Amino acid sequence: MRRRRDTLKNPEQELRLFRMRSLLAVLVVVSLTGLLGGRLFYLQVVQHEVYSTRSEKNRVRVEPLPPTRGLIYDRNGVLLAENRPTYNLTLVRERVDDLDATLALLVDLLELPGEEAEAFRVRSRQRQRPFQPALLMSDLDESQIARLAVNRHRLPGVEVQAQLLRYYPDAETMVHALGYVGRINAEELAGLDAGNYAGTHFIGKTGVERFYEDVLHGQAGLRKVETNARGRVLRELGHTDPVPGRDLTLTLDSELQKLAVELLDGRRGSIVAIAPPTGEILAMASVPGFDSNQFVTGIDVASYRALQENLDLPLYNRAIRGHYPPGSTIKPFMAITGLKEGAITPSEVIYDPGYFQLPNDSRRYRNWLRWGHGRVDLERALAVSNNTYFYSLAHELGIDRIHENLTAFGFGQRVAHDVYGQSDALMPSRDWKRGRFNQPWYPGETLSVGIGQGYLQVTPLQLATATAVLANRGQWVEPRLARRIGEEEVPVDLPDTPTDIELSNEGWWGHVFSGMEKVVSGREGTARRIGKDLQYRMAGKSGTAQVFSLGQNEKYNADELKERLRDHALFMAFAPVEEPEIAVAVIVENAGGGSSHAAHLAKAMTDAWLLEDEAPDTEEVREVLEREDQRVAGE
Amino acid sequence: MIWSELTRGLRRYPVKPSLSGIARRRSVWERVHLDPWLLGMLLVLMLAGLVVLYSASGQRMTVVTAQAIRFGVALVVMAGLAQLSPTTLLRWTPLVYLAGVAMLVAVELIGDMGMGAQRWLVIPGVIRFQPSELMKLAMPMMVAAWLSRQVLPPRWRDLVVCAVIIGLPVALIARQPDLGTSLLVATAGVLVVVLAGLSWRFILFCGALAAAALPLLWMNLHDYQRQRVLTFLDPESDPLGAGWNIIQSTTAIGSGGFWGKGWLQGTQSQLEFLPERHTDFIVAVLGEEFGLVGMLAFLLLYLLIVGRGLWLAGAAQETFGRLVAGSIILTFFIYVFVNVGMVSGILPVVGVPLPLVSYGGTSSVTLMAGFGILMAVNAHRRLLPR
Repeated sequence: MRRRRDTLKNPEQELRLFRMRSLLAVLVVVSLTGLLGGRLFYLQVVQHEVYSTRSEKNRVRVEPLPPTRGLIYDRNGVLLAENRPTYNLTLVRERVDDLDATLALLVDLLELPGEEAEAFRVRSRQRQRPFQPALLMSDLDESQIARLAVNRHRLPGVEVQAQLLRYYPDAETMVHALGYVGRINAEELAGLDAGNYAGTHFIGKTGVERFYEDVLHGQAGLRKVETNARGRVLRELGHTDPVPGRDLTLTLDSELQKLAVELLDGRRGSIVAIAPPTGEILAMASVPGFDSNQFVTGIDVASYRALQENLDLPLYNRAIRGHYPPGSTIKPFMAITGLKEGAITPSEVIYDPGYFQLPNDSRRYRNWLRWGHGRVDLERALAVSNNTYFYSLAHELGIDRIHENLTAFGFGQRVAHDVYGQSDALMPSRDWKRGRFNQPWYPGETLSVGIGQGYLQVTPLQLATATAVLANRGQWVEPRLARRIGEEEVPVDLPDTPTDIELSNEGWWGHVFSGMEKVVSGREGTARRIGKDLQYRMAGKSGTAQVFSLGQNEKYNADELKERLRDHALFMAFAPVEEPEIAVAVIVENAGGGSSHAAHLAKAMTDAWLLEDEAPDTEEVREVLEREDQRVAGE
Repeated sequence: MIWSELTRGLRRYPVKPSLSGIARRRSVWERVHLDPWLLGMLLVLMLAGLVVLYSASGQRMTVVTAQAIRFGVALVVMAGLAQLSPTTLLRWTPLVYLAGVAMLVAVELIGDMGMGAQRWLVIPGVIRFQPSELMKLAMPMMVAAWLSRQVLPPRWRDLVVCAVIIGLPVALIARQPDLGTSLLVATAGVLVVVLAGLSWRFILFCGALAAAALPLLWMNLHDYQRQRVLTFLDPESDPLGAGWNIIQSTTAIGSGGFWGKGWLQGTQSQLEFLPERHTDFIVAVLGEEFGLVGMLAFLLLYLLIVGRGLWLAGAAQETFGRLVAGSIILTFFIYVFVNVGMVSGILPVVGVPLPLVSYGGTSSVTLMAGFGILMAVNAHRRLLPR
């Protein structure tokens, strides 16, 4: 039902329309004003007594009492994060007459570089509530405190306050597993419950400190104080105690973590170790690390720049954000996929002439051994890391089935329960390629993925997790860093655990495991050098990942360049085979010593965890590695 | 219908009200294109505002002087704009609007370059400028410019165009992020459409849609945003955080009682309990020191200004001017309502100043510029209809 409209403008009608609407507007305006008037009448006449009393009492101010942050322990009760008493410089803006002059004087007294004044100004603007002290600087030293005390009369509104400051006894080793706290910035402040954070200056920035912020922080308390007209505190009228944050006991073993860092020392890389039965992350190392204590007190510009510009990227958490092609370490997972999908059986044998060809395609996809391995079954294919076998398997499976099954192992996923900032890396698929490059998926690309190259990228954490799932014969336990929150045990079964992987024949797991055992113990195993004096059964798989290009804008000299273009060495392993207690993934960037390089480190880790006697000597491991490097160089 | 009975008088009203009905010498006010009633009331408001500000700023004369200087500038801007004819305004509207959008985009880009706060366009040493302020005027002008060329009431097609005109800058301002301003700018635009005769059915439909979307919105809020809403409903639940301001401001207003504690005598205001006491929360000082009487006097003054403004808008001859003027004056009222509502605890806290009383230069200039346009629209009547 449509009325016919005039197609000509009609000023008369428009004016009438407007006046009608204005009249209505007047009605609305008057009634809204009436509403305000009513509210004011209620406040100022009806409730006048209540508010009058309250304003009389308003010589009473409520002050926050910040809670003590919970401590963090490793699995054996070693303290990883504590609170140390320190003296901080705070400023109450409302009591400062001339902010600029005061800040300039402070910078002068504390003998700081001039550019700090600007940082002070930013910090002094932080808090919103009147008479909230803003933190200008933490951890003053004796002489600074003395100089401030002497000049106190010149600095109204400036105070030195005692405060507990986070301290990490073993920062360099632990930083990438633990994270750190830092000053609350304006952005974070906007998303916080201001009441609970009033009086708190620090907040978890990364890692466990960030993920468990709510647990560690606790509940702020209140203190009611009577003030004089100038806001000076006269006496306390009562208070509710703050609830301190709960302590965290982690699954990490600080000894194992230390070992991992020492093993990688002087190189770049990452080691992640997980206990398969419980999903507990025993070690999560990324080397190089850095001293997170600098970030707690507020790092100076020069040191921060040095960290940022360091070519070894110490700030970069390789364990959870480093993307590496898994190389041949993907093969055991491909094998399980092949068995599950019925593409292969353990006894099936293929002939390897040294290359694989796609039907109707003359291109040869090479095995690493030029003349080929001849007759290869599943176990031998794993032991000698035969590419042809897995090319053919990948071709038969196709990318869709590979994507589905490798995703079930956690590749391309954020796998861990409570690891902050983990990356999902990349498990490529047809859809992904369509979205990313707007191109179809080519069969040759499936072959690359089948041997862990091409688009496929994993993080050390993902590789360790998948290894743990493999060791558990497909049973998923979510990796976690927290063992106990306060007194509460973290349950092994978590609600969002992925589905288990099931094979129609349980015995097939054993075939894959024995192929992996032959990697370290077999006559032709790629990592047979570490199998010489094994005191338990170990299953592993080596891998190398090619480095194709370096990041742009990175300056290297020729030697450096050569070193940084070497392949990465990877190794994944679990032990003992019959009842796995540890699964480990090792990635050594630009190792150069061949794939067994990472295997030695993996063995040192499993030795340390499984053998009763003292931890392996890292010096010894290093000597072995050097000898191997020379041998490889001499070949 | 009853409605038509009620408005019959209105409809018979001559299009051109004149005070005496016979041609006479143009008064001095007509020659300078200013409306004496409106100007007089604005001056009273400013003076009263300065008195309150002196108390609210902790009796700092420097603050009062600075504000007075801004008022001076704002008055000059107003008088200047009042000299333009609606035709000129209409001609410049698209350019001003596009310039405003361009500046918003520029602010966005500069903000991305890591200059921190993203509301200001700063040419160091020359000018600091908030494009979103310009939009408060450019927006209703642009919508009105479009609608005045169409046949009214607006059709669907016109509504779509208006939605684009309104949506683009509002989205940009909301990204800054400045929710308060973006809502005000959006309101200024929407009011034009409503005044132009948007069908009631459509308005009701939108209202129903908004009501239906509320639970959805609630589900999508962050925890801390929900906390803020809850704090607004019960400030006592968060006495140290977001509830603090509201507890303190309602205490200040309530303790003022009927007559108030007297100028400079407010304990809440003079001690340091009130946050932002000379900017957004200045009403609390007013309520504490001048009581219900003072508050109602201010509200009455605001009402008179709005009434006179609407009268002038209704007396304008062209649709464009009428719509712009109507939107400007109603937006002015929304400022008052939102500010007093939030400080007295019936609306959640959004950063909206009390017009011409809160300390702040940009908002005063924008508001007075709006009144300048209002007077321009009214003063330049053609003596002969086309």
